[in-house]
Amino acid sequence: MSFFLETLLGGLMSGMLYSLVALGFVLIYKASGVFNFAQGAMVLFAALSMARFSEWIPQWLGMDNLFMANLLAFAISVVVMFTVAWLVERLVLRHLVNQEGATLLMATLGIAYFLDGVGQTIFGSDIYKIDVGMPKEPVMMLENIFEGGILINKEDFVAAFISALLVVALSIFFQKTATGRALRAVADDHQAAQSIGIPLDRIWVIVWCVAGITALVAGIIWGSKLGAQFSLSTVALRALPVVILGGLTSVPGAIIGGLIIGVGEKISEVYLGPMVGGGIEIWFAYMLALMFLLFRPQGLFGEKIIDRV
Amino acid sequence: MFYRENGQFKTSYQADQQIFPIPQDRWVILGIVAFAFFGIPLLVDEYLFRAILIPFLILSLAALGVNILVGYCGQITLGAGAFMAVGAYAAYNFLIRVSGMPMLGAILLGGITAALVGIVFGIPSLRVRGLYLAVATLAAQFFWDWAFLRVKWFTNDASSGSVSVANLQLFNWSIESPTDKYLFCLGILVVLGLMAKNLVRGSIGRQWMAIRDMDVAATVIGIRPLYAKLSAFAVSSFYVGVAGGLWGFVHLGSWEPAAFSIDRSFQLLFMVIIGGMGSIVGSFFGAAFIVILPIFLNQMLPLVGGLFGLEVSIALVSHVEIMIFGALIIFFLIVEPHGIARLWSTAREKLRLWPFPH
Repeated sequence: MSFFLETLLGGLMSGMLYSLVALGFVLIYKASGVFNFAQGAMVLFAALSMARFSEWIPQWLGMDNLFMANLLAFAISVVVMFTVAWLVERLVLRHLVNQEGATLLMATLGIAYFLDGVGQTIFGSDIYKIDVGMPKEPVMMLENIFEGGILINKEDFVAAFISALLVVALSIFFQKTATGRALRAVADDHQAAQSIGIPLDRIWVIVWCVAGITALVAGIIWGSKLGAQFSLSTVALRALPVVILGGLTSVPGAIIGGLIIGVGEKISEVYLGPMVGGGIEIWFAYMLALMFLLFRPQGLFGEKIIDRV
Repeated sequence: MFYRENGQFKTSYQADQQIFPIPQDRWVILGIVAFAFFGIPLLVDEYLFRAILIPFLILSLAALGVNILVGYCGQITLGAGAFMAVGAYAAYNFLIRVSGMPMLGAILLGGITAALVGIVFGIPSLRVRGLYLAVATLAAQFFWDWAFLRVKWFTNDASSGSVSVANLQLFNWSIESPTDKYLFCLGILVVLGLMAKNLVRGSIGRQWMAIRDMDVAATVIGIRPLYAKLSAFAVSSFYVGVAGGLWGFVHLGSWEPAAFSIDRSFQLLFMVIIGGMGSIVGSFFGAAFIVILPIFLNQMLPLVGGLFGLEVSIALVSHVEIMIFGALIIFFLIVEPHGIARLWSTAREKLRLWPFPH
């Protein structure tokens, strides 16, 4: 029983991390109808920038304070991600307004290749360490309830907590601020939003900035777990089933989808994996998402797709 | 001046409906095909065959398949690499498990297996659409990546799924030299390319296009989406599977599942989008562009770096290469979102009027 609970909790926590990446997809898709394949590359780029600047800044300024270095690196990375967002809107999206979904999809794949290339050219292609002081040691919980208790990675716990915080912050931003309302208006109907004076291009920059920040947070968390390295960009592929399961247009969907996928993945890997040779995590998530899609083609929380002839 | 069709009157419906109704087109295409068969083997050296021409031929076949599904039937797929893998490994299994199986037969059976698998993975398309479907097709990609790595039966117990094929023979023709391989691929490409052209302008191709343009409306006028979509998946997967078989047997010789990874799927989709969705000739343009571009960048970058006195390391070249690749893709999509095929048809329109502006 305690082993099952351990698996379940592990799944929930990795699920939270998936939702963090999935959030980036949902934000951009909601506001601009672009399925942003570059989200993974953005995570990698942000993580690399964070890792390298926190390494470089102490060298440049000759100081030895880890906290200050991280803070400055974070600030610079935020600026970097804002620049990326601005450039993407300016150089790519602006010219591709009203193109087909497939073309936009391919354009974001182009952005992904470009960011991968630029990131590794500027920041290097080794594995870099991100040290933001995440606790590494595992802790035992609920020892008085189960025999032996449950072993939990503190790092995962903190990460899940930060993700949850980010989600709450984003929800407030979307629901309560004027910019958030404008974003939701654009998401509902581009033309109507434009006609009441919401500037589309500025909204898109903002959305890409917000997605850039979620990418940065995801990059820092994933990066301090696995190290900032090229394989981070494949995290996006792990997060895709989350997005379609939860629905492309729904923020809560990204969270709940992430939890379902995280738990499904872990449990299948532990209980089903040994029977078929292991390593089934990655496709099982897709199959799971597909099963849900067969019953709800728009995802669990997506807006209903209505066809008119 | 020379490319005019005035004065050419068609007297039968058949003459009007042929693939190339304008004789100039017909002769040029025939000339190109004849040159590809007889001229190129005399002119080209081995490196060019191996690095550019054979990959180009095989990948254009795969791009044709993807174009049938994405460009003609409107079902975006990100799992084309998986069907190449299915084609390659199925062909391998037919070759080694069935005694006396000819090589061509194995490749075609591999294609048919890929078609059957394609039908299975096409079933979600009946329910799920658009980007949701695109992500759902990734399921195929990851599933088969995993299956060929982990399920020993598929790879004849080879470690890490790497298998190899030797002594390719077609009847009594031993396909050994790059020229032979080139001619073999070209032969298959010409036959299947002609077949694709005829399929898409026939009844079934029109059904696919109707589904692509508006599937609810297509259903209303009596097109069965089940039949149209699944047939598109089957035909597309057959082409992609045959291309996978060729890629494994002829181009690589020995391969492992990584040869058909998700990058391959993206590459094929790039070919279709850049070449032109819903255009047979566009598949060839796209394949040429995607095959040649990395080789070109790879050769050019150290030279350009040398001009500025920079020492360009191999790692840097590969990073700058994907960077420029990405940038060029974006540039191309912005300049000509309908692909090279559109440029081609614009050029032909211009040529018709030349030397007059109107």
